[in-house]
Amino acid sequence: MNLKTKALVILAVVVACLYGLYGLPTSAEEARQNFRQNVRLGLDLRGGSHLVLQVQVQDAFKAEADLIIDRLKQDLASEGVNYDSIERNDPQTLDDAESIQINIQGVPLDATSSFRSLVSDRFPNWVLAPVSSTDYKMNIRPTEALALRRDTVERSIRTIENRINGLGLTESTVQQRGRSDAESEVLVQMPGVDDPARVKAILQTAAMLELTEVNDGPFMSRQEALAKHGGVLPLNTRLVRQVVRGADQGESWWLLTRSAVITGRDVRNARPGRDEFGKWETDFTLSQEAAQRFGRFTEANIGNRLAIVLDGQVRSAPTIQGRSDDSGRITGAANEQEAADLSIVLKAGSLPAGIDYLEERTVGPSLGADSIRQGFISGLAGVGAVILVMLWYYRKAGINATLALVFNAVILLAVLSYFDAVLTLPGIAGVILTIGMAVDSNVLIFERIKEELRAGKAIPAAIDTGFGKAFLTIIDTHVTTVVACAFLFIFGTGPVKGFAITLTIGLAANLFTAVFVSKSLFDFDLSRHPRLERLSI
Amino acid sequence: MELFSNPKFDFLGKKWPFVIASLALIIAGVVSLVSKGGPMYGIDFKGGVLISLRFAEVPPLDELRSMLGSRIDGEVSVQEAIGENEVMVSTELQSEEQLAEARRLMMDTLNERFGNAGANQADFNNAGAELIASTLRERNVALSDDEIDSLAGRMREFRDSSPRSGLLTSLDELSEVEGVTPEIVSAMKQGFSLAPFSIRSVEIVGPKIGEELRQQAIMATLLAIGGMLVYIAFRFEWIYGVAAVVAVFHDTLITLGLFSMTDREVSLTVVAALLTLVGYSMNDTIVVFDRIRENLKVVRRESFPALVNLSINQCLNRTVLTSGLTFLTVLALFLFGGQVLNGFAFALVVGILVGTYSSVFVASPILIALQGVLESRKKSRVVSAAPAKKAAIRKSSAKAVR
Repeated sequence: MNLKTKALVILAVVVACLYGLYGLPTSAEEARQNFRQNVRLGLDLRGGSHLVLQVQVQDAFKAEADLIIDRLKQDLASEGVNYDSIERNDPQTLDDAESIQINIQGVPLDATSSFRSLVSDRFPNWVLAPVSSTDYKMNIRPTEALALRRDTVERSIRTIENRINGLGLTESTVQQRGRSDAESEVLVQMPGVDDPARVKAILQTAAMLELTEVNDGPFMSRQEALAKHGGVLPLNTRLVRQVVRGADQGESWWLLTRSAVITGRDVRNARPGRDEFGKWETDFTLSQEAAQRFGRFTEANIGNRLAIVLDGQVRSAPTIQGRSDDSGRITGAANEQEAADLSIVLKAGSLPAGIDYLEERTVGPSLGADSIRQGFISGLAGVGAVILVMLWYYRKAGINATLALVFNAVILLAVLSYFDAVLTLPGIAGVILTIGMAVDSNVLIFERIKEELRAGKAIPAAIDTGFGKAFLTIIDTHVTTVVACAFLFIFGTGPVKGFAITLTIGLAANLFTAVFVSKSLFDFDLSRHPRLERLSI
Repeated sequence: MELFSNPKFDFLGKKWPFVIASLALIIAGVVSLVSKGGPMYGIDFKGGVLISLRFAEVPPLDELRSMLGSRIDGEVSVQEAIGENEVMVSTELQSEEQLAEARRLMMDTLNERFGNAGANQADFNNAGAELIASTLRERNVALSDDEIDSLAGRMREFRDSSPRSGLLTSLDELSEVEGVTPEIVSAMKQGFSLAPFSIRSVEIVGPKIGEELRQQAIMATLLAIGGMLVYIAFRFEWIYGVAAVVAVFHDTLITLGLFSMTDREVSLTVVAALLTLVGYSMNDTIVVFDRIRENLKVVRRESFPALVNLSINQCLNRTVLTSGLTFLTVLALFLFGGQVLNGFAFALVVGILVGTYSSVFVASPILIALQGVLESRKKSRVVSAAPAKKAAIRKSSAKAVR
C-alpha cells in the first residue's frame, strides 16, 4: 500500500467517525446536540432507573378461574343442575400458578352425566376429574396454562410500555428477560427519569377500573354491613371499602353487585380536569359500544347509586341523576400530577396481574450530573497527563502517539454510536484498559525503534523493524484480551458484557491507530525528509 | 531520552524479598477475608436495599441508626460516605417480599424525621420537573404552558447541577435561574418546602438476583481466564499460560484482600475493575514472555533464568513507562472520579501496581521453575534412569536453576 492509499483510508475512517458522532450539523449548537444524542451514556452515569419486575402470573390464573366459576354457575343454573359449592384454591406464588384448581362439591348422582358433558363441552381448556361420587375437581390443561402465562406476561409488557409512553419517557426500553426460567421477568430501563418514585408507583398500579351498581350502603364497618344482611352476603354481591381522604370518618363500606357495568377496558380516553370547585379529577370517555351499555344502565337506574371502583377501592359512589352516555369522572385527586397519573394508567389499560419489583437501580439526576462532571474532569486530567508525558518523553514521536490515542478514542465512541450502544461505568473500565493498552502499543513500538537505532540501523529500517517486531507482541496481547472478552460477552451479564464490548472495540481500533496510522505518520514524515539524520523519539 | 539505558538489574536474583512480600500480602488478605467470612459483597451481590442520601447539614448518624434500626428487621447499616454530608443507608435482606417494605420504611422514617411539616407542600429537593410545572400552574403564574415546562426543567437542572448537587437550602437561590422572577420565587415558596436531604441513588436487589449475578460474574471471569490460558498455551507453550494465570490470580487475590482489609465492598463495578486489572496484568506478562520467546531464538548461550532476566531488563523501559502512564489515568480517576467511581478506581490503582510487579516477580520465577521441571523431566527421559534416580535428578536440576 503506498502512502496515498494509506492517507485515503485514514481520511475515510476519520470522516466516517465524525459523521457517526456529529452527523451533518449546520451549526455549532446542532453539532453539540448531535454529539449528545449519539454518544449515549448509561443509566449509571447520567441518571435514571433500571427495574426488574416480576409479573405475578398466578393472579391471572386466579382471575381466569373466577371467570370460569362464574360461567359454570350460570350454565349449571340454566341447565338445572344443582350443586353445593364451587370454589377455587388460592395459589400464592408464581411457581404454583399452575396448581390452580376449581373444586365442585355436591353434584347429585342423577345429574352426573349432564354435569360432565356440560363441563367437557363448554370448558375444553380444563380437565374435569372426579374426587368422589358427588365431588369433582377441575384443573387447567398444561397447554392452556402455558398460553395463559405467555399472554399474561405479554399483556403486562404492553401495558407497561403504554404507561411509560404516556409519561413521555421516549428513550425507555421494556423487554422480557431472556432466560427461559425467568420468563415472567421484565426489564425496564428508563434513562433520565427525574422522579423515579412516581414512575414506579405508576407502573405498579393495577388500574382496574369498574363502574358497578350499588346494592346497599354506605356502612360504617364490614360488621355493620354483614349484620344488616343476616351475616351472609346476598348472592352475587361483594363488600368494598371506601377510604375517604383527609376526612376524619376514615372508611366506609358499600355492598356492590359482583359484576361491573363498565370496566377499564371500555375506557377510550382519559385526561386530568377540574371540577366546579377547582378540585382536580380525572375525566374519562367510553368507547361507543360501552357508551350504549352505560346509557341504557343509567337510564334504568336513575336515583340509584353507582360506585366507581379503582383497584378494589370505592373512589366515589354518586347518585345517578339522569342518563349518561359516554363520560365519567374520578374525583379526589390531590393535585394535577395525581390526576394526570391516573389518566395515564387508565388510558394504558389495566395490568392482568400484580407486579413485584425484584431489582431497582436508580441513580438520581443530581448524582448523574455529578458523575458526568467528575468523569469528564478525571478523564481529561488522566489523558492530559498521559499526553504531556508522552510529548515530553518521545518529543516528535509523541505527537504520533497522541494523535493515535485521540483517534482511538474517537473511533471507539463512533463505533459505539453506530451500534447504538451506551457507555456505562463498566464500559469506562473498558476504555481505561483500552487507553492503557494503546499507550502500551506506542511505547512498545517506540522503545523497539530506539533499540534498533542503538543497534546502528538506518532510520527507515529501524522504524520498519521496530514496528514489525512490536507488532507481534501487540497482536499477542490484543488477541489474548479479545479471547477473554469473548468469554465475558457470552457468559457475563449486563455490566460485564458492557465491559467486554467496549474493550473489544477499543482494541480493534487500537490495532488500526497504533500500528497502521502511527506507521503511516512516520512514513509521511520520512517521505518529506528523506535525509533525516536524527529521529526525534 | 531514556529512563534506563541498557539496564542490567538482577531481578530474579533478588526475587526472594519480593516473593515473601507477595506471600505476606496474600496471607494478610486471606486472613482478613476468612475472618470476615468472605469478601464484603455489595448490595448487588447479596440482595438488599441501599439508599444513598445527601444532607444539607452534618447528618445525625446515631439518630438515623437508632431510628431505622428500631423499625426495620435485620441489621441496618448507616455509613457516612466520602464527600460532603453523604450517608449510605443499607440493609441486607433475605427475601424478595421484604424489599419494597424496607424501602418504604426507610423513606417514611426519613420523611418523618426530616420531611416537610406543611402537608400541602411538596418537597422541592425530591421533586421532578413535572411536579414543579404543575405546582406553578396551580399558582396561576402568568406564563404559557410551554414556558412553564421549560422553566421547571431549568429549575430542576439548576438544583441538580454542581455545587448544589440536588440540594437547595433556600428557595431564594432559584432567582439565579434564567427567567425566574421574584413573583415566581414567591409562587414556589407557596407550593414547596425544602427537606434538608435529597436522594442520590437507590439500589434494591433481590437476593435471588444477587446470587445469580455473583455466580455469573465469577463464572464469566474464570472462563475468560481459562480462555487466555488456552490461547497463551497455543501461542507460546503451556507453562507460559500457567505462569501468566498464576500471576493474574495473585493480583486478584491481593486486590480482593486489600478490599477486605480496607472494608470496601465488592460490587458489580468493582468486578469490572477486577476484569480490567486481569486484562492489564495479562498484557504486561505477555509483553515480557514475548521478549523471552524472541530471545530464545537469538540468544542460545545463556541459561534460561539469565535469559528471562535479560528479557525483563530489555522490557524495563516500556514496563515503567506504560505502567506509569496508565497509573496516571487511574490515579486521576481515583482523585477526581467522585463517590460512584471510588471503589472502582481503588481496585485499578492497586491492580496496576500489583499487575506490573507480578509480571516480573511472580510470572517470571514461576515460568523458570516450570521450565526447570520440564527440563529435568526431559533429561531423565534421555538418561532413562531407574525411577528412584529420577527424583534425585529432578531435585538437583531444580537446585541448579536456583
